[in-house]
Amino acid sequence: MEFFLVTALNGASYGLLLFMLSSGLTLIFSMMGVLNFAHASFYMLGAYFAFSISVRIGFWPALALAPVAVGAIGMLVERYGLRAVHRYGHVAELLFTFGLAYLIEELVHLVWGRLPVDYRIPPELDGPLFTVYGTSFPIYRGFMMLVSVAMLAALYLALTRTRVGLVIQAALTHPRMVEALGHDVPRIFTLVFGGGAALAGLAGVIGGNAFVTEPGMAALVGAVVFVVVVVGGMGSLAGAFLASLLIGWLQTFSVALDWSLASALAGFGITLSAGSFLAELAGITVSQAAPVLPYLLMVLVLIFRPRGLMGTRE
Amino acid sequence: MTRAPVLRFGPLDLERWFLWGSVPLVLAALPLVFSRGFALTLLSQMGIMVIFALSYNMLLGQSGMLSFGHAVYSGLGAYFAVHALNLIGKGALALPVSLLPLVGGLAGALFGVLFGWITTKKSGTVFAMISLGIGEMVAACSLMLPGFFGGEGGVTANRQAGPAVLGITYGPAVQVYYLITVWTLLATVAMFALTRTPLGRIANAVRDNPERAEFVGYDTHVVRFLQLVLASFFAGVAGGLSAINFEIVTAEAVGVMQSGGVLLATFIGGAGFFVGPILGAVIFTFFVVAISAMTKAWLLYLGLFFIAMVLFAPGGIASVLALNLRAARAGLLRRLAPAYAAAAAAGLAALAGFVALVEMTYHLKLEAVNDPVLRLFGLALDVRAGVPWVGAAIVLLAGSALYWRAWKRVRARWNEVHERLGERGA
Repeated sequence: MEFFLVTALNGASYGLLLFMLSSGLTLIFSMMGVLNFAHASFYMLGAYFAFSISVRIGFWPALALAPVAVGAIGMLVERYGLRAVHRYGHVAELLFTFGLAYLIEELVHLVWGRLPVDYRIPPELDGPLFTVYGTSFPIYRGFMMLVSVAMLAALYLALTRTRVGLVIQAALTHPRMVEALGHDVPRIFTLVFGGGAALAGLAGVIGGNAFVTEPGMAALVGAVVFVVVVVGGMGSLAGAFLASLLIGWLQTFSVALDWSLASALAGFGITLSAGSFLAELAGITVSQAAPVLPYLLMVLVLIFRPRGLMGTRE
Repeated sequence: MTRAPVLRFGPLDLERWFLWGSVPLVLAALPLVFSRGFALTLLSQMGIMVIFALSYNMLLGQSGMLSFGHAVYSGLGAYFAVHALNLIGKGALALPVSLLPLVGGLAGALFGVLFGWITTKKSGTVFAMISLGIGEMVAACSLMLPGFFGGEGGVTANRQAGPAVLGITYGPAVQVYYLITVWTLLATVAMFALTRTPLGRIANAVRDNPERAEFVGYDTHVVRFLQLVLASFFAGVAGGLSAINFEIVTAEAVGVMQSGGVLLATFIGGAGFFVGPILGAVIFTFFVVAISAMTKAWLLYLGLFFIAMVLFAPGGIASVLALNLRAARAGLLRRLAPAYAAAAAAGLAALAGFVALVEMTYHLKLEAVNDPVLRLFGLALDVRAGVPWVGAAIVLLAGSALYWRAWKRVRARWNEVHERLGERGA
């Protein structure tokens, strides 16, 4: 029971982190039709910026400054990069962000080296929050959930209750009309892209020290975030939320389980002869298969529900 | 109903026949000139990459499918080939090693059939994401099934396996080079012929206007699926050849880097032309094999080169060449030549300044502790002193400013030439 509770909480904190990334990606995608390959690179930049700031002036300033810096970089990328390739169509935009991801990884190699950096949880957030029957839940996980939920609430209020938010919503579906009403739609694009990048940066700040801050982190998370967007339905924020939590739980629960098909078969009294390919396949435990599960889920969703969980378009 | 006879006429394009006919001869003669091991390795890898990039372009250029997981098919083809090679070595399989790429190709096509049906339902962005997901899935599987994928160390084999057919043992590298060359030529001709079949033509239609192709009566899903299976076959052939060439296949073969690499190569070369991927594969392999041996910053250069191509020449190198070739045919190239020369000189200067800055940065970061002096362009630069930095920056800025002016002239001349070409065409 305590295993279930703590794992569920861990899964939720990871899922919320994924949503911070996938929400930005989804907003950018539905507004500009651009699938931002460099989105996870912004996440990585957030973590590295936070590391560099936190060793100098501490974690709390980094929590505020790093996302702003990443957001500013995102705006520059949109204004001077993406806008220039926009006239060549979506494939060129996709390729541009793909090249950018390449470049950011190489720059991170250059500036911070190839090995993981020592980006730590601040001491005041280190330690267990509560303990259930001997299993403890760290404070930092709780803090991650708090930050994610606060940020999501702020995002929701900003999108639905402010003037800028309403213009953004209108520009999602009717960019021409919004332009005709006298709003500067390209500037809104820049704003949304920068905002999405800042969200990814914030996710990096709080995720970088919970996991590992290393040059491979962008590739690791990036693919999962794409799976989230496909499973949730392209362009659906609610779907992205659902899929983020689903995949967060799927990954955390599966890592903790060492059941395998062979052990299940053994329960029925069937044993496979050792050494055969089938025995190797059946001997894989759920925890070993954990990295594959999100992609398997994606394939299943594509077969049985191609528009995704909450998507409106196929 | 009788079909109207199709009349074909047109001048016999001797120039083209001569050009393409000389390619096999040149390739056959190359080992006589470049007998050094390094050159042969480079040429062999280029050949493999040419097949891989051409097969990739069957998706990107010809059918409009941007794939981020093409290494799945070449990598799995390579794995099947390397296992088959080991079986040949044990005497359990009677197959000459020369036909091993066929095993890779069939394995690639098999997985193309398996994954293709769900991935090709949609094109565009959706296809891109799904292909990425499939690629990640196979890459993750490679660590999960060490029996087949060989775990961290990969699967090794010995290509001098089985009885020597016609005295070919694949001991010397030259024999491997000729094997790769023959397969590359065969695959290139086959893939070119495929573009001329009804399927190849309809694939173009599906790329340009899927809705209209549906109305004409073709199932776009089936067309994309068939193209993917065929492309997977040729990717598998490339994988099989790499298994023979390296005698080892590791999990990297199905990895994301490989998928990204073939995309880079194809795009840099130009996806809109049949020769584009060939050019791209040659340049890309040169970057990966030759420039990576020269500098640690090669990935940065490759990334910047790619982004520059996306921003300024989205048609790739082939499209730039085609434009200039058109001007040359009309005898207008000499109007452009002076502007080109000026731009090239200024551009090279700017590039030199930029390269110096990048190299000094890498040197300062990675090796300055052992040796603060960097040798570059025949100069000994002390990266801890200020002078080399300022000098390089000045060269870069001055070169860029001159390039900016020269480029304006190139554009002005190009507009003139373009107008002339338009007049002649009308």
